[in-house]
Amino acid sequence: MPALWLVVIALALATLGFFLGRPRALATGGGDIRALHSRPAYYGWNVALSSLVPAMGVLLIWMLVQSFVVNSTVAADFPAQAVPEDQTLSLVMSDVGRVAAGIDLAVRRGVISETDAQNLQVGGSNIRDLLAQVGKPLASDVIEPVLTAAQEYRALASTGNTLRGVAVLGVALLGFGFAFLRTNSTFRARNVVESGIRTLLVLAACLAVLTTLGIVLSLVFNTIEFFKIYPASEFFLSLTWAPSFGGGSELGIAPLLWGTFYISIIALAVAVPIGLFSAIYLSEYATPKVRALAKPLIEVLAGIPTIVYGLFALLTVGPLLVSVFGDDGVGIMQAGTAVMTAGLVMGIMLIPFVSSLSDDIINAVPQAMRDGSFGLGATKSETIRQVILPAALPGIVGAILLAASRAIGETMIVVLGAGAAARLSLNPFDAMTTVTAKIVSQLTGDADFASPEALVAFALGMTLFVITLGLNVLALYIVRKYREQYE
Amino acid sequence: MYDTPILEKPVDQKDIKFAARGVQVYYGDNHAIKDVDVDLEDKTVTAFIGPSGCGKSTFLRCLNRMNDTIDVCRVEGDIQLDGEDIYDKRVDPVQLRAKVGMVFQKPNPFPKSIYDNVAYGPRIHGLAGNKAELDEIVEKSLRRAAIWGEVKDRLDAPGTGLSGGQQQRLCIARAVATEPEVLLMDEPCSALDPIATAQVEELIDELRENYSVVIVTHSMQQAARVSQKTAFFHLGNLVEFGETSHIFTNPTDERTESYITGRIG
Ligand SMILES: Nc1ncnc2c1ncn2[C@@H]1O[C@H](COP(=O)(O)OP(=O)(O)OP(=O)(O)O)[C@@H](O)[C@H]1O
Ligand SMILES: [Mg+2]
Repeated sequence: MPALWLVVIALALATLGFFLGRPRALATGGGDIRALHSRPAYYGWNVALSSLVPAMGVLLIWMLVQSFVVNSTVAADFPAQAVPEDQTLSLVMSDVGRVAAGIDLAVRRGVISETDAQNLQVGGSNIRDLLAQVGKPLASDVIEPVLTAAQEYRALASTGNTLRGVAVLGVALLGFGFAFLRTNSTFRARNVVESGIRTLLVLAACLAVLTTLGIVLSLVFNTIEFFKIYPASEFFLSLTWAPSFGGGSELGIAPLLWGTFYISIIALAVAVPIGLFSAIYLSEYATPKVRALAKPLIEVLAGIPTIVYGLFALLTVGPLLVSVFGDDGVGIMQAGTAVMTAGLVMGIMLIPFVSSLSDDIINAVPQAMRDGSFGLGATKSETIRQVILPAALPGIVGAILLAASRAIGETMIVVLGAGAAARLSLNPFDAMTTVTAKIVSQLTGDADFASPEALVAFALGMTLFVITLGLNVLALYIVRKYREQYE
Repeated sequence: MYDTPILEKPVDQKDIKFAARGVQVYYGDNHAIKDVDVDLEDKTVTAFIGPSGCGKSTFLRCLNRMNDTIDVCRVEGDIQLDGEDIYDKRVDPVQLRAKVGMVFQKPNPFPKSIYDNVAYGPRIHGLAGNKAELDEIVEKSLRRAAIWGEVKDRLDAPGTGLSGGQQQRLCIARAVATEPEVLLMDEPCSALDPIATAQVEELIDELRENYSVVIVTHSMQQAARVSQKTAFFHLGNLVEFGETSHIFTNPTDERTESYITGRIG
């Protein structure tokens, strides 16, 4: 039975439970609501949730576990010598999965009957054509062991699906029955529903945490994989970045980190003063009317996709800088793509970010602080410099660090504004590149996924992740400390 | 304020420090102060009493233009300090506030050290030539506010870490440190124990020798103890103003009598 049907049935059962649980509770209470421990709807909810939630839980876990179990069983049965020389078992297994899914689809569409499907022969009908017909084209002809494995896969999966249906419906019915029978006037349905809701919320939170964990783990494993085939000391200490897909490449992170760092510094040098000053103007000096107009305008800037900023860098800022610093002018800039171009544009992108965060933080400084200062005869700028900014400083530093981690993670502006040359140079008008931009270029080639040239992307990502995580933790720590300041 | 020659007058005859005529204050549509006329004398303690929400703080804030910082607030009428209209365009509210200090109803120490809180005003106005002088000002101010003994060992600790009553006295010290000519105190003893209250009252008495003090209080006893003049506010009106002894023994208006005997409030 397809999963969708199971969900629908469980939902129907839950609805039924809701409408049966209520009157049952009322009946056991002799029709008097005050005789019940909880309001009648809670008894309904209790039955409904008891039918639905455990059943859905079983369904979810079953789906995760089944695909894993089936895959590993089939893989274990697969004859090792049948793996083609230029392929790995996992590649063959994904072929098996495709074939099995294709045959399933063909049966469901009625292209072939179930018996025909079970009797498919490699030599007989052309399986490749059959699968192409249902929209599952294969790269090569199906070989005998793959077909056998696919048939085993199908058999296991179909048994699994049947068992799944039984289990899910069984749990739903059990939950329904259990909750329904428990329904009487003294049963504490409200407390049970309350804890049920709490469990749901906890599960949602766990899911978010687990996803993060999953992402980190996949990064970690691939990074370890990379360091097995490429020495970590080279990666961190080498000063050249020269990947060559034929092998023998030098993959030193230093030029990329330098580019990232250089561009981010320029971006922050642009964004922090402008953003901070505009925040101070908006929160301390601007009249309510100006503020109501200017604040949304600045925030529009934050909504522009970074690719648009990239175009701006490529088409406007780059040429502009060349006309001043290029061969016709100062003569230190070769082309429009340069650290300066990307840094300036990235700085513009970060202005609204810094300004609106700082604005919120400055506004959070209580009016009583300003009154205290004005009451002692301080001017506006004295008050800002000596009372408001010191009180808001930790929060502002937090905002700047958040902006820094955005600058470090930015890709599009770098690709279009700074070029692709990995280089260690002090000249801000040279083309350079960053870690993120190189991750993209390492993964968007035809490179073999197991080669160091591709796997290095994970090591780069991991390094970046550690750096931005560090910055974010620092920012959070500072912001949290700041909260206790003026209480 | 711009400079004007102040006429020399005999010391025993008390000058009028603040002269208010026809003062109206609006918070948007809320008419908070209604047509108040009052003369506050120099070297005198004036107490403002009245039920909660009657406009005592609002009127007090008019005297050093703190209401300027509230967008919805509008002040009309004429208030003169030493014969100069303080709402005149040529008057710089910043300089006015240096002359007319204020202790707020809610203690509002800066998130700085105790020392920096008190040194804030003297630093801004350049009252101390060097560090030693500044130290002296800070110690003297803290002593006058009756908190020196409690904080002398932790002048570097944040002012926000003090108890409510200590913060209140720290704010008094902060206001006294700038040596204002007039000190406006909005319920300065609301969070103080009787001993600290007595010490602050002593300070007020001492300040009276050179300055004029306006104190808002909800304690009739305190008003009677420290003030020479008392103003009774009710629903935004100045109902009665006169000698403290007179107001407390022989009030003219029946609303004043009801209030001081505890029947309205
Ligand atoms: N910032 C403000 N914005 C709008 N209305 C205000 C503001 N401050 C005070 N008011 C209003 O003005 C009136 C007088 O308030 P005020 O603070 O002067 O009272 P008060 O006499 O000091 O009272 P309390 O003894 O409780 O401190 C009240 O009705 C109050 O609601
Ligand atoms: Mg008040």
